[in-house]
Amino acid sequence: MPTADGPLTADALRLDGRAALDEVAATLPELVFKRLRKRGAIVAVSGGIDSSVAAALCVHALGAERVLALLLPESESSGETLDLSNLLVEHLGIESVVEDITPILSAAGCYRRRDKAIQTVVPEFTSEWKAKLVLPSVLASDRLPVFSIVVESPAGERTQARLTADAYRAVVAATNFKQRTRKMLEYYHADRLDWAVMGTPNRLEYDQGFFVKGGDGLADVKPIAHLYKTQVYQLAEELGIPEEIRSRPPTTDTYSLPQSQEEFYFSVPYQVLDLCLYAHNNGVPAAAVADAAGLGAEDVERVFHDIGAKRRATSYLHEAPLLLEPVPEIGHKGEA
Amino acid sequence: MAETTAIETEVRRFITDNFPLGGSGADLAGSDSLLEVGVIDSVGVLELIEHLESTYDFQIPDADVLPENLDSIDAIAGYVARRLDAGAGSNADG
Repeated sequence: MPTADGPLTADALRLDGRAALDEVAATLPELVFKRLRKRGAIVAVSGGIDSSVAAALCVHALGAERVLALLLPESESSGETLDLSNLLVEHLGIESVVEDITPILSAAGCYRRRDKAIQTVVPEFTSEWKAKLVLPSVLASDRLPVFSIVVESPAGERTQARLTADAYRAVVAATNFKQRTRKMLEYYHADRLDWAVMGTPNRLEYDQGFFVKGGDGLADVKPIAHLYKTQVYQLAEELGIPEEIRSRPPTTDTYSLPQSQEEFYFSVPYQVLDLCLYAHNNGVPAAAVADAAGLGAEDVERVFHDIGAKRRATSYLHEAPLLLEPVPEIGHKGEA
Repeated sequence: MAETTAIETEVRRFITDNFPLGGSGADLAGSDSLLEVGVIDSVGVLELIEHLESTYDFQIPDADVLPENLDSIDAIAGYVARRLDAGAGSNADG
């Protein structure tokens, strides 16, 4: 347990894996079958740790016959995405559907609109080039967090340029077609089966607003939103998720250049953010978490500060649609 | 020394005109952290940089994108004044 007067260690995040699985086995059927009155769970899997654990928890709690995996790659997905997703499906013994979303994205102008926005900052950029967004690290510097774009020419030459606000918003808006298209297909299958859609954010993503409203933020149940990323890995081991998936570094798998979640959004490795978020949530002072996080107290303070900044900047993502006057007969509980 | 009062007035007008939480501007103290108060976020910083670069005709290098230069109206006015005094109006040190 955390203390405000002693150093924090990584053990603070250690779960009793068996107890955690028992709790999910008791709670998830209650939510899906009784509260939502649905007959099974749809999980979009990406070959990443979060969706793999979410799918495995659903199998553990609901039974393999009541879980459908959706594999929704597009032309810029990493090559291993489909392979690892298929490995998971086979490991869990569940049904799966593969839908390549590239034609939908092309028709919506996802790639064209994004490339056009990038060209306002890097005029020579074409669809043959690759790109990703990056944020500076919050460590060792007080630099304000402003996004840059890294582009790579077909010859492999990389350059980085600071984005304009308009270009940043246009790139993100176009790219968000990917998450929203996937969610549209998840609900298609949920509707035809009368099943519930599982959201797969872990606690870091949920807390820090690392999701697309109406995209990966939209779900009927978010079975791992209370778990720190380190704990997701612990459960993955407990659930016997294949090693290839457990050892894959977290990636956004959203931009055409490989992009870590750290460089795009969190600015620090997940192990560090886990500890800092836990400490921040439990009133543990920066100096008491510094050793465990491998940082100086000053850098921990920077991470604390960034946690608060991201919460403020993304609070609207958690807002349910706002009503001008209450409708007390209905109430409201939704989000994203 | 460049006139910080005029710069401060112009920056305050830009912030109150462009950011929803800028409000009337009267509630915002010159020393208030624009990010802490929630007036601007990281994309807002990009907008602010673009505005300053186009209005005062200098480039802001990444190394200058620091709270002490850009996170309050007072800090912005001081930074712009220093850059103008240093001859950045010629766009020489971007």
